[in-house]
Amino acid sequence: MLSINNLCASVEDKQILKGLGLDVKPGEVHAIMGPNGAGKSTLGSVLAGREAFEVTEGSAQFDGENLLEMDVEERARAGLFLAFQYPVEIPGVSNMEFLKASVDAVRTHQGKPELSSVEFMKLARETSKKVKLDQGFLKRGVNEGFSGGEKKRNEIMQMMLLEPKLCILDETDSGLDIDALQTVADGVNAMRSPERSFIVVTHYQRLLDYIVPDYVHVLADGKIVKSGDKSLAKELEAKGYGWLEGEVA
Amino acid sequence: MGDLQTAALALAGSQQAPDWLASVRQRGAQRFAATPWPNRRTEQWKYTPLSALSGKSVQLPEPSGYKVPEADLIDVDAYRLVFINGVYSPDQSDSLPPEVASFSGVNDDQVALLQNHLGRLADSSAHLFAALGEATSAEGLVVHVKAGQSLDKPVYVVNYSVGEQSFLASTRVLVVLEAGAEAEVVEQFLSATDDQANLVTAHTEIVLGDNARVKHYRLNLEHEGITHAGGVFVELGRDAHFDGFAIAKGAELIRNDYLLIHRGSGAHVELNGVYMPRGRQVVDYHTNVQHRVPHCTSNEVFRGIIGDRAKAVFNGRIHIFADAQKTLAELSNKNLLTSNRAEIDTKPELEIYADDVKCAHGATVAQLDDEAIYYLQTRGIDKERAQVMMSFGFINELISNIQNEAVMNYLLPVLAKQFGRENDLLQLEADTLDAL
Ligand SMILES: Nc1ncnc2c1ncn2[C@@H]1O[C@H](COP(=O)(O)OP(=O)(O)OP(=O)(O)O)[C@@H](O)[C@H]1O
Ligand SMILES: [Mg+2]
Repeated sequence: MLSINNLCASVEDKQILKGLGLDVKPGEVHAIMGPNGAGKSTLGSVLAGREAFEVTEGSAQFDGENLLEMDVEERARAGLFLAFQYPVEIPGVSNMEFLKASVDAVRTHQGKPELSSVEFMKLARETSKKVKLDQGFLKRGVNEGFSGGEKKRNEIMQMMLLEPKLCILDETDSGLDIDALQTVADGVNAMRSPERSFIVVTHYQRLLDYIVPDYVHVLADGKIVKSGDKSLAKELEAKGYGWLEGEVA
Repeated sequence: MGDLQTAALALAGSQQAPDWLASVRQRGAQRFAATPWPNRRTEQWKYTPLSALSGKSVQLPEPSGYKVPEADLIDVDAYRLVFINGVYSPDQSDSLPPEVASFSGVNDDQVALLQNHLGRLADSSAHLFAALGEATSAEGLVVHVKAGQSLDKPVYVVNYSVGEQSFLASTRVLVVLEAGAEAEVVEQFLSATDDQANLVTAHTEIVLGDNARVKHYRLNLEHEGITHAGGVFVELGRDAHFDGFAIAKGAELIRNDYLLIHRGSGAHVELNGVYMPRGRQVVDYHTNVQHRVPHCTSNEVFRGIIGDRAKAVFNGRIHIFADAQKTLAELSNKNLLTSNRAEIDTKPELEIYADDVKCAHGATVAQLDDEAIYYLQTRGIDKERAQVMMSFGFINELISNIQNEAVMNYLLPVLAKQFGRENDLLQLEADTLDAL
């Protein structure tokens, strides 16, 4: 699904990713943990294709294609989805219109016809119920004035609508209350399938009780410094990152 | 004197007018003749070239049997008055309540009102086109609502330009709301095709008594050939409210002046506007808010998107007089240039003579938020589409705040079309989302 090798990337001439490797097979859930500023969101940005981040070395293959050569929207259409740590507010652009444009773009890419407005509204309504987001949010500007938790639910709603192959969730659990966390986790679990993979970036072991990962990685100073199974998350929770310092060469 | 000036005066002289209007017209003609044609050094017209216009040839309009297509009209339950090239068309107008009359149907009281007020706020010695309007105005309407009463439906004024020739179409609107009275007035300017090349002058004067409230819409939606010069001139009594909305798109040249004078404490002005010139069109808004007394507020928000080689001028003047303590005045003007040959001249003009006031004035050239475009792209939407969505959003923020739903629902697809977007979803949203 995703194969990253020796990935190096910098922003504003500052190197952030320093030779990162990661292999994600279909159906797998990978959790990435690591200290603030380690480069977790940067990894998401680089994979999503954010312009400001310059890849200086290494490679990333997505579904057998060279991910790094694709435009941002091409990556999305090909099935890569990034749930933002800080979703962007876009006043004036209705959430409904945004979601439809997005779904249509992906469907067109897949050779499917665009949804009619009525079909789309039905779908949007059902999906918003699943993430417990009131339908009123469909009419508002994209994320405009949404609370932190509402923004995160909106991200999950987009993920459900787009049915991507690879979902990267960047701290989707941060700032969520217990019920919202459950809702988000349920949403992710309902979407787990042998064909779909997840990369879940989190600071809290708690999320991994709900979304049980196949692998846990520690990202520190721009690379993966340790990998293990879900017990690694428990260990990190207990010991912090200090004991890994030796491995951060 | 330019060709247009000479021609306009000749036309004015040849025109019939009711007695009560004759002296107003004479005054206008004298002032129009005495006003030198603006050039680049004329402060009021510094950024808006009128040289091309001075050579324009115009004719007086004649009654036409043209029927305005229903699809061009706002679907609003209102008292509708239709003017074709400035000529009142009773056939296409509703029967009017006693508070509203076209110039051809005024009674003695309304004549007295017109004599008192016409040209008082729209000062023809200060505004070139107000003088032209006065000199040539034959038609218009008056709205007069007595103390404590309110008009049960909006007054909807349709100004339609159509025909082969270039007509000089002048209309006037006078709204007088006595103490505590309320009314809503929608003024819409349309034209049939791009070839139609009228010179439209339209001046609206609104006199608000104490605690009176008016909602006013000025919708400039004409086609390319039109030159439009006019304005809205408002005087507010104690605790009076003016709630205005303006839109300008499509015409070759649109100049609108807003003059808002606070005469009684506690008065409030709310004015939102959007403009979207493209091609080689020019839009020019001059707004002038005069805080003459204490404790008044004003809030103006104008946004523009200027494309191609078009040009917009926004001159926002706020004048706070020495007596006007505790004034709260805000003005924001944001502009988006979508081509590197597009031009915006936005100029704040603050004159503040009182010390205990709050005044915020911001004029900016905005850029589409890169982060937002990236966000849209990560959802599969291509960059161009994302830019269009965001531009639309920039304007839509103000459109979606329009209180009159019929007006809002009319404008949304007009805008969607301007931005080349399908609007069935918008429509669906407007029609059915509430019902779901
Ligand atoms: N646009 C940018 N310009 C400059 N520096 C940046 C930019 N984006 C990120 N950085 C820097 O890159 C480093 C990694 O940031 P990143 O957001 O990837 O960390 P993170 O691991 O996601 O941290 P957190 O756990 O706090 O979310 C930080 O030092 C950050 O300041
Ligand atoms: Mg981060």
